Amino acid sequence: MSDSPARAAGAPTCALRRRLLQGGAALALAPLARHAGAADVPADKQAPQVGDLLAFPSWENDGRPLTAGDLELHAEPLLAYPLDAASGTLRERSRLNQILVLRFAEDELAADTRALAADGVLATSGICTHTACGITGWDDAALHLVCPCHQSTFDPRHHGTRVSGPAPRSLPLLPIRREGEHFVVAGDFTSAVGANT
Amino acid sequence: MHRFASLLLGLALALPAGAADAPAPYAAVTAERLAAPADGDWLMYRRTYDSWGYSPLDQITADNVAELEPLWTFSTGVDEGHQAPPIVNDGVMFISTPRNQVIAIDARSGNELWRYRRELPADLFQLHPTNRGVALYGERVYLATVDAHLVALDARTGAVDFDIEVDDYLRGYYMTLAPLAVEGKILVGMSGGEFGIRGYIQAFDAASGESLWKTYMVPGPGEPGFETWSEAAWKRGGVPVWVTGSYDPATRLSYWGTGNAGPWLADQRPGDNLYSTSVVALDIDSGAIRAHHQYHWNDSWDWDEVSAPLLIDFERNGEVVKGLVHAGRDGYLWRLARGANDIRFVDARPYVKQNVFTAIDPESGRPEYDPTRIPRTGTRTEFCPSIWGGKDWPPEAYSPQTGYLYVPANDNLCSALTGAKAKYRPGELFIGVTFDTLEVFPTEAARDHIGELQAWDMKTGEKVWTTDFKSHLWGPVLATGGGLVFAGGTNDRYFRAFDARSGKILWQQRTNSGVTGVPVSYSVDGRQYVAVLSGWGVDAQRKQDYLNKARGTDVRVPQGGVLWVFGLPDAP
Repeated sequence: MSDSPARAAGAPTCALRRRLLQGGAALALAPLARHAGAADVPADKQAPQVGDLLAFPSWENDGRPLTAGDLELHAEPLLAYPLDAASGTLRERSRLNQILVLRFAEDELAADTRALAADGVLATSGICTHTACGITGWDDAALHLVCPCHQSTFDPRHHGTRVSGPAPRSLPLLPIRREGEHFVVAGDFTSAVGANT
Repeated sequence: MHRFASLLLGLALALPAGAADAPAPYAAVTAERLAAPADGDWLMYRRTYDSWGYSPLDQITADNVAELEPLWTFSTGVDEGHQAPPIVNDGVMFISTPRNQVIAIDARSGNELWRYRRELPADLFQLHPTNRGVALYGERVYLATVDAHLVALDARTGAVDFDIEVDDYLRGYYMTLAPLAVEGKILVGMSGGEFGIRGYIQAFDAASGESLWKTYMVPGPGEPGFETWSEAAWKRGGVPVWVTGSYDPATRLSYWGTGNAGPWLADQRPGDNLYSTSVVALDIDSGAIRAHHQYHWNDSWDWDEVSAPLLIDFERNGEVVKGLVHAGRDGYLWRLARGANDIRFVDARPYVKQNVFTAIDPESGRPEYDPTRIPRTGTRTEFCPSIWGGKDWPPEAYSPQTGYLYVPANDNLCSALTGAKAKYRPGELFIGVTFDTLEVFPTEAARDHIGELQAWDMKTGEKVWTTDFKSHLWGPVLATGGGLVFAGGTNDRYFRAFDARSGKILWQQRTNSGVTGVPVSYSVDGRQYVAVLSGWGVDAQRKQDYLNKARGTDVRVPQGGVLWVFGLPDAP
C-alpha cells in the first residue's frame, strides 16, 4: 500500500492506519477529518495524529507538553497544539489545530463525552464553527466556551453542543487518553474542524 | 522578505469563459493614462489620484436621470461584503469580490471574459471578508488578497503572472484594499490591526514583483516617532492600512490614511502612538515618510482614519490652499495643507455629534479629550459617535463642478466599551474588548434618522445640504459631470441618484442586497453607464446586528453579490 498523492482526501495513510489499529479503540476507525495528515502536507500543518501529545504553543512555556498539573478544575481552557514527540514537530502552522483543554469532574460529563476524555480532561477544537474565529471566551459560571466574534456559546461537557449564537453546529471534540502525566491524541476530531462545513 | 509562490498549480484557476475565444484587444495602462484618464475610463479605486471619485461624463443628468434603468446584471456567486468599484479600461471591466475572485467582463454587453478564483487556506480567519478593488498597470491586473498575497494577472486571460506572499496570514496579516499603481510601482497596505500586527505600506516593481521598499506605520527603534510608544506595545501596535492612498504627481508624494493602534484600549499602549490615526505622506521613490498629521492621538475608540484624504485645492482667507480633506471617523471634517515636506493644519469641525474632543489647538490641530470619554481597561465608557465613527471606510466624493465634498455620514449613534487586558495569541483577536461587551446605542435623535449624505462647500467650508436616512449609511459616493451624486448604503437595499446641488433624491432602484460597493461611471461607444456592486456584509452587517440588539428589532439585509449596470434607455 502506498501513499499515493492521488489517494482520496481523508483516507488514512498506512502508518496512520497502523497507529489507529494499535490504539484499538472503536473511535480510531471513525472517519478522519478532511484536513487529516497527508504525505504532501508539511508535518507542522498536519491535523492531530493519534499518538501526538497535547502541548503548549511555542510562545507559551516553550511548547512543552501539558501535564495534569497544568489543568485546574473549571479553569479557563488552555490552548494546545498537537506535538509529534518523535520528531519534536509542534503542529501549530494550521489554525485548525488549535485545541482547548479543560478539566471537569468525570461525573459532570455526558456519557458520550466522558468516553472522549481522560480523567475528566477534555479537548475541543479552538475554532468556532461559524466563521472560524479563535475561541477565547470562557463563561466560568455556565462552564461554556464563548466565541468572541459573534458570541456563539458551546457546552463542552455535552459533546460541544451549540448553546446559543449563530454557529451552525457543535464544536468538534478531540478524543484523548492519558499517558503518565501527559495527554495523548487517541483519535480524530469528532467532526470537521472550522467554518462552513 | 517576500517569496514567490508556485504559479497556478494547486493555487488558483483562471477560467476563460469560452475556450475557443481569442483574447480581445486590450489597451495597456500607462503611467500617463493613470495620471490623466480618458473621460470614459475608471482605471483606479477613486478614478483619479486625487481620490475625488468624480467622473466628468455628463450624458446622464439631473434632467434625465429619472429614466435611468438597469441594462444588465451579473451575479458574483458569493456572499459577504462587496465593496469594490468596477474598474473599467477601454470597455473592459474588472470586478473583485469577497474570497478574492476577479472577474473580467465586457463592459457593454455584460459577457464574462474570464474569472480568477483563489483557493484560500482552509484555516483562514476573515474578520473582513471583502476586497476593495484591483489596480491596473501595463497589461496586468493586480489583486491584494485576504491571505496576504499580491497577485498579478494577465489582463487578457486572467492567467497568473506572479503570486507573492507579502506576509504570513497565520500571524493575522491580510489585505483588503485595492493596490495603488503609480509610476511603475504597485503599492499595498496591510490590514490586521485587530490581530496584533505591525502595519506597513510596501511597494513592488509592477513588472518583476520585486520588493522596492517597505515602510512601517509603527516606527522602530531609532526612527522618528518611536518615542511615542512603550517598549511593550510597538511590535504589536497595529496601525493597519485599509484603503488605497492618494497621489500628488507634482511632489511624488502619496497620502495614506492609517488605522488605530492596538489593542483598542489606549491605556495599554501609552503615548501618542505615531503614525496611528493619521495621514502620512510617503515619497513613492524611497518610501520615506516626508510628513504626517495625526488626527487624534492615543486612540481608544477604534476610530481608524482609514480613508486617504482627497487632494482638493480650496480658497481660504483669499488664498488658494493646496489641501488635504478628510471626513474622519472621529467625527470631524479635517482640512489640511500639503507641502513638499510638511502637512499643516487648516481647520476642523464636527460633522456629526461628538462628545470626546473638548478643544482643538488652532495651530497644530491637536485635540484635547474629555477624560471621562476615554475607554480604559477595567471600566465601561460611553462616547459618541460609535466605534464606526462619523464615517467608516466608504469614500467621500468631490465634484469640481459644484465645489462640494459629499460625505456619507452616520449621526446619532454612540458606543460603550468595557476594556479588558488583551492577551496576545498570534493571528487571533488582540483588542482588549470582547464583542459581547461592545455596545452601540442610538440616541433619541436617531428616531428621526441615522444616515446622512452631507454636502460641504469647499470654498466656504460650510455645509450646504444634508439628506437624511432612517437607516445607517454605508454608501461610497460617486459624483458626475451630469450634476449628480450616486450612493447606496442603506439597509433598504436602494441605490440612489441625488441632485448634486440640492441633495434631492431624483432616482432610486431597489437591488438584491445592500449596496456597499463603490459606484463608478464609464462610457463605451458613446454611451454612459453607472455601475455598482450590491452585496451587504462585513461591518455594515455587524452594525445592523448591534442596532437590532439595541432596538429589539430584527432587520435583516439579504446577502449575495450582484453587479448592477445602469444606463439611459435611448442612449447610443
